Amino acid sequence: MTIEVKNLVKTFGSFRALDGVDLKVESGELVALLGPSGSGKTTLLRIVAGLDWPDAGEVLINGEDALAQGARERHVGFVFQHYALFRHMTVFENIAFGLRVQPRAVRKDEAAIRARVKELLDLVQLDWLSDRYPSQLSGGQRQRIALARALAIEPRILLLDEPFGALDAKVRKELRKWLRSLHHEINVTSIFVTHDQEEALEVANRVVVMDKGRIEQIGSPDDVYERPASAFVHGFIGESIELPVQVEGGVVRLGDRPLALAADGLAPGASRLFVRRHDMLVGPPGSGAFEAAVQHVRNFGPVQRAEVVLSGGRTIEIDAPRDKELRVGDAIGLEPRRYRIFAG
Amino acid sequence: MNGGLVSALAARRRTLPGFGLTMGLTLSWLSVIILIPLAGLFLKSLELSPEQFWNILTSRRTLNALRVSFGLAFAAACVNLVMGSIVVWALVRYRFPGRRLFDAIVDVPFALPTAVAGVALTALFAEKGWLGAPLAALGLKVAFTPVGIFVAMIFIGIPFVVRTVQPVLQDLDPEIEEAAGSLGASRWQTIIRVILPSLAPALLTGFALAFARAVGEYGSVIFIAGNLPNVSEIAPLLIVIRLSEFRYADATAIAVVMLVVSFVVIFAVNRLQRWAQSRIPAR
Repeated sequence: MTIEVKNLVKTFGSFRALDGVDLKVESGELVALLGPSGSGKTTLLRIVAGLDWPDAGEVLINGEDALAQGARERHVGFVFQHYALFRHMTVFENIAFGLRVQPRAVRKDEAAIRARVKELLDLVQLDWLSDRYPSQLSGGQRQRIALARALAIEPRILLLDEPFGALDAKVRKELRKWLRSLHHEINVTSIFVTHDQEEALEVANRVVVMDKGRIEQIGSPDDVYERPASAFVHGFIGESIELPVQVEGGVVRLGDRPLALAADGLAPGASRLFVRRHDMLVGPPGSGAFEAAVQHVRNFGPVQRAEVVLSGGRTIEIDAPRDKELRVGDAIGLEPRRYRIFAG
Repeated sequence: MNGGLVSALAARRRTLPGFGLTMGLTLSWLSVIILIPLAGLFLKSLELSPEQFWNILTSRRTLNALRVSFGLAFAAACVNLVMGSIVVWALVRYRFPGRRLFDAIVDVPFALPTAVAGVALTALFAEKGWLGAPLAALGLKVAFTPVGIFVAMIFIGIPFVVRTVQPVLQDLDPEIEEAAGSLGASRWQTIIRVILPSLAPALLTGFALAFARAVGEYGSVIFIAGNLPNVSEIAPLLIVIRLSEFRYADATAIAVVMLVVSFVVIFAVNRLQRWAQSRIPAR
């Protein structure tokens, strides 16, 4: 099943939640919609599910116009951030719900429903919870039951809205791995929304980075991390140092200081320099593009994180390996191993 | 109350102090306000021999008065349950001009002196009244008939249903309806299978309160009822009549029966409500 949205626009009052979004998800993919809150990612997901309607644009599921159908007809599995389980039903009845409300003509008999629910409970590895009520489960268990409930109707596509957003860090990590292997097993075309970059990069085949109702970049997890397409993506994914620079006549300047950085092919004018924290290499004074003084050092497992003041007076944070220890007050040179300069 | 137990409990270290004092006050207050008057009622009715008691109860007039009171109160509570739910739904789920006004209007039967309500309803539904005249033309006489009692009981009962269900519906996450929809449930299936079961405990409480209020209602009913013995005479009025005839024991006998029946009904509803609640354990 493919999902395709074309030129989707949605406004809430004067706020443009979606501002012309185009996206195609191929059959069997697991795509992450990644962005800060207010970027429009949840709105996009809800429109695909039929829980919200766009002002303009098209949604095609498997090539058919989905906007002609309501949520009920779309046959889409939806998993909510806060589970949205039915509190008055047992786990078993929650999962069976989608099967029990089917039109009489296609409804399975009781034995088949039981068999299907059992199968799903096994799939999410919670068959021993079948008679419990949702309030008796932990957050991680609830979310797995919510997923089983969504899968019960054999949905054409699966949509997950911040599925792990309400869970604590440890459970989140476990469920991420679990979701990836589950997707491998059932292979249903899936989109999940997250604001957690680590989650997106770890789970998805493809990542869609959104900001202010627009798609900034679509690419593999490697692409968006290693080859960010815009200043926003570079700043949002991974820990970045951002410095305002001027490009003039093939020279990059920070304040009034020229930097020994290649400026080939850059448009002149105000620009922004991005460097990953761990790509800033520490050397003796005078050895790199920047001169700096160490102001504060903290040790973080394999790295030492140093707060340094550049000669222009700006403070940045760098991650340096622990082999050569930095001391407060040290004068150092900094050379960006890799960097990107974006106009604007 | 056993003084030794209270002091032993109070002497133990507690994170929340004041147990002895508040518990003592609670027990004395409830005794003075509720238990002692009820006990007095039972004691008074003991002046009658069992045979007299039975005769009073099974007299045609008493039975009819009880039937009118409980039967119409039950019917009115049923109507309030249905209409109150619809009112709550509209008030909670939709935003429309005048919503706050309607929300405030719901409380009017609470606040209005019941005699005022009775006079207003009687004027409205009398044969020459605004609503009474067209209804009389259709052949339905409301004022001074049991139908009038029914109308008054609906009037005073509706806020109980609305006010108990409203907060629960407000807390009900709209996402569960979306979840039901995306799982293929029709709107009707969502209401029957998801929304109503979630509201059931509150609906039962609202029903019980509206019923209890209607059974005990006196002021607004006696104006519109016509108070025809055996036809439109409510049990509380019969008690008043017996009292004015100085037949105190008769009055208390009827009162005891009302008390017991009310208690049994409230107890049953309470059990039912607990059972419904147990299926929705707190989060």
